[in-house]
Amino acid sequence: MEIAAQALPRNRRVPSWGPWAVYAVALVLVVVLSRATDLNVALLAVVGAILAGAAVYLWSRALEGSRRAVDRAATLAVTSSFVVALVPLVSLLVTVIRRGAERFDVTFFTHSLRNVVGEGGGAVHAIVGTIIITGAAAVVSIPIGILTAVYLREYGRGKLAAAVTFFVDVTAGIPSIVAGLFAYALFALFLGPGIRLGIIGSVALAVLMIPIIVRSTEEILRIVPNSLREASYALGVPKWKTIVRVVLPTALGGIITGVMLAIARVVGETAPLLVTTGLITSVNTNPFAGRMMNLSVFAYFQYKTPGVPPEPYLARAWAAALTLIIIVLVLYFVARLVSLRYGRTEIQR
Amino acid sequence: MSARSDSLTNSKVTRPSRAGDRLFAALAAGAGITILAVLAGVALFLIIKSWPALTAPADELPGNQSFLEFVWPLAFGTLLSAGIAILVAVPLAVGVALFITNFAPRKLVPMLSALVDLLAAIPSVIYGLWGIAILGPHSVGLQRWLYEHLDFLPFFKGPASATGRTMLVVGVVLAIMILPIISAIVREVFSQAPRSLREGSLALGATRWEMIRMVVLPFGRPAIISATMLGLGRALGETMAVAIILSVSGIVTFNLISSSNPTTIAANIALNFPESSGIHVNALIASGLVLFGITLVVNIAARAIIGRGVKA
Repeated sequence: MEIAAQALPRNRRVPSWGPWAVYAVALVLVVVLSRATDLNVALLAVVGAILAGAAVYLWSRALEGSRRAVDRAATLAVTSSFVVALVPLVSLLVTVIRRGAERFDVTFFTHSLRNVVGEGGGAVHAIVGTIIITGAAAVVSIPIGILTAVYLREYGRGKLAAAVTFFVDVTAGIPSIVAGLFAYALFALFLGPGIRLGIIGSVALAVLMIPIIVRSTEEILRIVPNSLREASYALGVPKWKTIVRVVLPTALGGIITGVMLAIARVVGETAPLLVTTGLITSVNTNPFAGRMMNLSVFAYFQYKTPGVPPEPYLARAWAAALTLIIIVLVLYFVARLVSLRYGRTEIQR
Repeated sequence: MSARSDSLTNSKVTRPSRAGDRLFAALAAGAGITILAVLAGVALFLIIKSWPALTAPADELPGNQSFLEFVWPLAFGTLLSAGIAILVAVPLAVGVALFITNFAPRKLVPMLSALVDLLAAIPSVIYGLWGIAILGPHSVGLQRWLYEHLDFLPFFKGPASATGRTMLVVGVVLAIMILPIISAIVREVFSQAPRSLREGSLALGATRWEMIRMVVLPFGRPAIISATMLGLGRALGETMAVAIILSVSGIVTFNLISSSNPTTIAANIALNFPESSGIHVNALIASGLVLFGITLVVNIAARAIIGRGVKA
């Protein structure tokens, strides 16, 4: 349409190094100005980027016409939106590592907070709690999640399957705190109000995990070739054995990836555990009796209700945050490796 | 001939047992039904536990007010914070998705996508700590500037908070948290934009941006809308970041930069649930039911759009 109206001028182009030169000059100016004056670095960077973009736009417009100039401006805008999105990630990782390193020591992993006031103490009770609560949630959700996916892909027809698909998606959107309230309400109804147990937290986490596992498993079952199933049927193997011995093993890599990502998603959940597992300062390994601490609630309460002086509490909070981030990142990268190894690059969430 | 067919029909061929099949099918269907039961259970148990608060006289509820008066400022804060988050996150997420699908070198795409997805993997409590320790204090200057120059707008009426624990900062942190969710869906659909149209428009002389505007964006529009709603659902229910960052006073205001802010339903539950007892617990669960209702509507709408438009 509008493209036909004005042809692109052919000969006069901004040289390929042109924009880069402008950005380099802007970068140097920003660095010099931030050193020389007390202006905010972030503010200078934003203004510098806008001015550099405007300069490139005007230069291109003068030489190449408005269409190429708009294209260059759009390229810059899209690229900078990506850079802007990564700034918080970098800042967050740097902050957590720097502040968490202070108390990331042996005591932190060998001691609980039992009888600790002020300095010292550790989070071993929270780490044990995190493992038990998340582990129990995984034990419940992995079979339900995988079986549901098998139902949807291999058996599901008609209204029930449509309803399950729809409500899996809806369940995936439940706010985590609502999952916590549900688990609390369920147990409070039978065990009395004010109940706090590790297993209630696991139920809440399972509600959050199941839809994630269903979706990722369903996605991977979808790409298991039909020829494998048919070959198995042709040999007279019953359907259930085909699924258990042929389909699921073929999809194993992808299923493991999905499960690990699901665990990574819930291992750092705070809100549902805040309302279900309670606060405690010593190690409790029984999810069916007594309160249970976990890392994220530990970090939250150390930060939210510090004693006097607050420094040791804040340091413990950041150390817990660092531990949590390491757990999540390890799960995340191992999941990626598994999926790469099994030749699946796109991970559905 | 006849003898042979006789032997086939009369021979006792051991048919494979189908009992295992039926059992396994029932097991799989049972798992599916479990999910329906769970969702029904969520609604049911929340209603049972909310009922006492919904029917209680006003003077027993938190703040000696009726349940509606109790929940309205919270619902307002929830919608406000999620609204800011959407305004900030959607343009950025679309930009990120465009960058990954149309601008980044092909070889880097898996790595860059993983980097953005990493944002989604970070626990919300850590976003909260980061928001109150880094983003809040660093944005005090900007918020003061907004107050000094734009205070004729209701959003920046001020006075600017000295700690940065404001609705604006909460909105931005929520935006960072939902950005990877929106961007992942949009990215997926952008990458499915028909190659023939993309290459065709380039071959006709369109610049890359014109190709994006005329092919990729129209193709991805339903995905952008539904991804926005899914992000909205997530932002509405986000708890810890809000509970940690915001300094709360329970008022209803559009003022985004002052130190007295409305809180959100989820954050209010997290802040008050551990110390509450009796009817106050029921009131908090009832507010959770309201949140559940809001997110349910948003998510169902999002799914309906996805179902009608594109596959995401």
